[in-house]
Amino acid sequence: MELRTPSSPHNHTHGTVTTVMLRVLYALLPGIAAYVYFFGWGVVITISFAIGVALISEAAMLLIRGRPLWPFLSDGSAIVTAVLLALSLPPLSPWWITLLGVSFSIVIAKHLYGGLGYNPFNPAMVGYAMLLISFPREMTMWFPPQMLTENPLTVLEIISVIFVGTSPNGMELDALTMATPLDTLKTQLNLEKNVADIVAGNPLFGTLGGLGWEWVNAGFFAGGIWLIYKRVISWHIPVALMASMFVAASVFYLISPDTYASPFFHLFSGATMLGAFFIATDPVTAATTPMGRLLYGAGIGLLTYTIRTWGGYPDAIAFSVLLMNMVVPTIDYYTQPRVFGHRRN
Amino acid sequence: MTSKTTSYSKIVIDGLWKNNPALVQILGLCPLLAVTSTVVNGLGLGLATMLTLILSNVIVSLIRHHVSPEVRIPVFVLVIASVVTAVELAMNAFFFDLYKILGIFIPLIVTNCAIIARAESFASKNPVGPAFVDGLTMGLGFTLVLAALGALREVVGQGTLLAQAHLMFGDAARWMTITVFDEYGGYLLAILPPGAFIGLGLLIALKNVIDTRIGRREAKVKLGAAAQPAVAAQ
Repeated sequence: MELRTPSSPHNHTHGTVTTVMLRVLYALLPGIAAYVYFFGWGVVITISFAIGVALISEAAMLLIRGRPLWPFLSDGSAIVTAVLLALSLPPLSPWWITLLGVSFSIVIAKHLYGGLGYNPFNPAMVGYAMLLISFPREMTMWFPPQMLTENPLTVLEIISVIFVGTSPNGMELDALTMATPLDTLKTQLNLEKNVADIVAGNPLFGTLGGLGWEWVNAGFFAGGIWLIYKRVISWHIPVALMASMFVAASVFYLISPDTYASPFFHLFSGATMLGAFFIATDPVTAATTPMGRLLYGAGIGLLTYTIRTWGGYPDAIAFSVLLMNMVVPTIDYYTQPRVFGHRRN
Repeated sequence: MTSKTTSYSKIVIDGLWKNNPALVQILGLCPLLAVTSTVVNGLGLGLATMLTLILSNVIVSLIRHHVSPEVRIPVFVLVIASVVTAVELAMNAFFFDLYKILGIFIPLIVTNCAIIARAESFASKNPVGPAFVDGLTMGLGFTLVLAALGALREVVGQGTLLAQAHLMFGDAARWMTITVFDEYGGYLLAILPPGAFIGLGLLIALKNVIDTRIGRREAKVKLGAAAQPAVAAQ
């Protein structure tokens, strides 16, 4: 019998970039399923189109930069960027919105900074922020859950809306749109109504967050828990993000429940869960030390709550993530853990 | 840098390409980024800056023997400020609409580092002739970048070129406006400040790419020239 003593480190690799990215994609499935159930097949078409654009932009940039194509194309990072951006877009966004956003993410935010591993800002969120600033009209064309519309669009009609601009029966896109729950809350609060009245009379709101949105968020929450269980991401960022948002929202909710939405509403509306588990945890642009991750996550949660409540935009995951990306080097610098055997300071 | 070794062709190449104030020295970023949302705005400010550069370079060069080194900076600043005031009043008189659009950025030419940099590093050490050419080419290099960036942002941002050309060339020039894309929805990012930063970054990158290509070709030619005699000797 042979007793082998392998040399240190006695640790197995947790997988390549490809397995990590694949697991992220699997974990997104429950959320996407809920999204499709409530908002129709538009999101699937947008996601597929975005993946195509991402792979083409990635290949083009790799060719220009003289890098090998296959290892970078197959690592799945471009696909994850495309899917995350597509999930942030309104489900019936015109095709050129997706094209511009995804190619901007890959070309400007990723490859001009040096490609995978070198980009200081989350590519998907750079693309999203660019779109939101440049095309405010298209980017706020959200649709109510299918249950609230009289006759939901068929898949063919959705394709026609996305790629041609009008649905076959000549309906203009504007006629179908409706404000999101977060948006409704913000505009109505500005009219000095109180939260209970806004929520009570409006079919857009569900038990916790917006109708439909709470299930989409729950889906992403479940997928995120699986990612933590599989150790693809650590618990620090999502927990800190949700905790800081919950605490901030609770404080104001306890002070004045009429003018501030409940903490659960904030956790289960908009992009909170997608942001907490999938966007903020991007291994390249997030903080890397345990303490740093807590600070980074808490910063995003606080900023999101602040912008949602007092800022100009109804949701703010993208801006908060980008703002915190900016301070990641500082956070990492000041939160270096003590090296074993060295004294504190 | 002495006057004897500075040939005119070197000054021209430096100003337009090798030492371009906007692309290489990265000077005068504030007006460069603020007013380049259209070609006409960029061109207008570029020409005003060029005029200022020429006049200040010539004046500084003329008085270079009469100013003691201790007080040269305040003197240069006074010269530049007077020139800018004159340019501003002239624009107010002849290009009133453009003057209104460019607004604070015309008086702010006085703070453009490119101008004091040329006064200090070139005009104060060279005779009038080279100083004039230096001001002209540096100003032209700056203007070209302003116009290029303006064109880039105007086409991407609102789908036109030379919009409002009449502000600069008079009413007869209204035909110069080119609509590149019909029914263009607009791309707000290009008009906003981030578009200016991204556009300037792309222009600098383009210049670096061209320089690398030229460098590579020259290296190849040199290698070829070095190899030829060796082959002949065999």
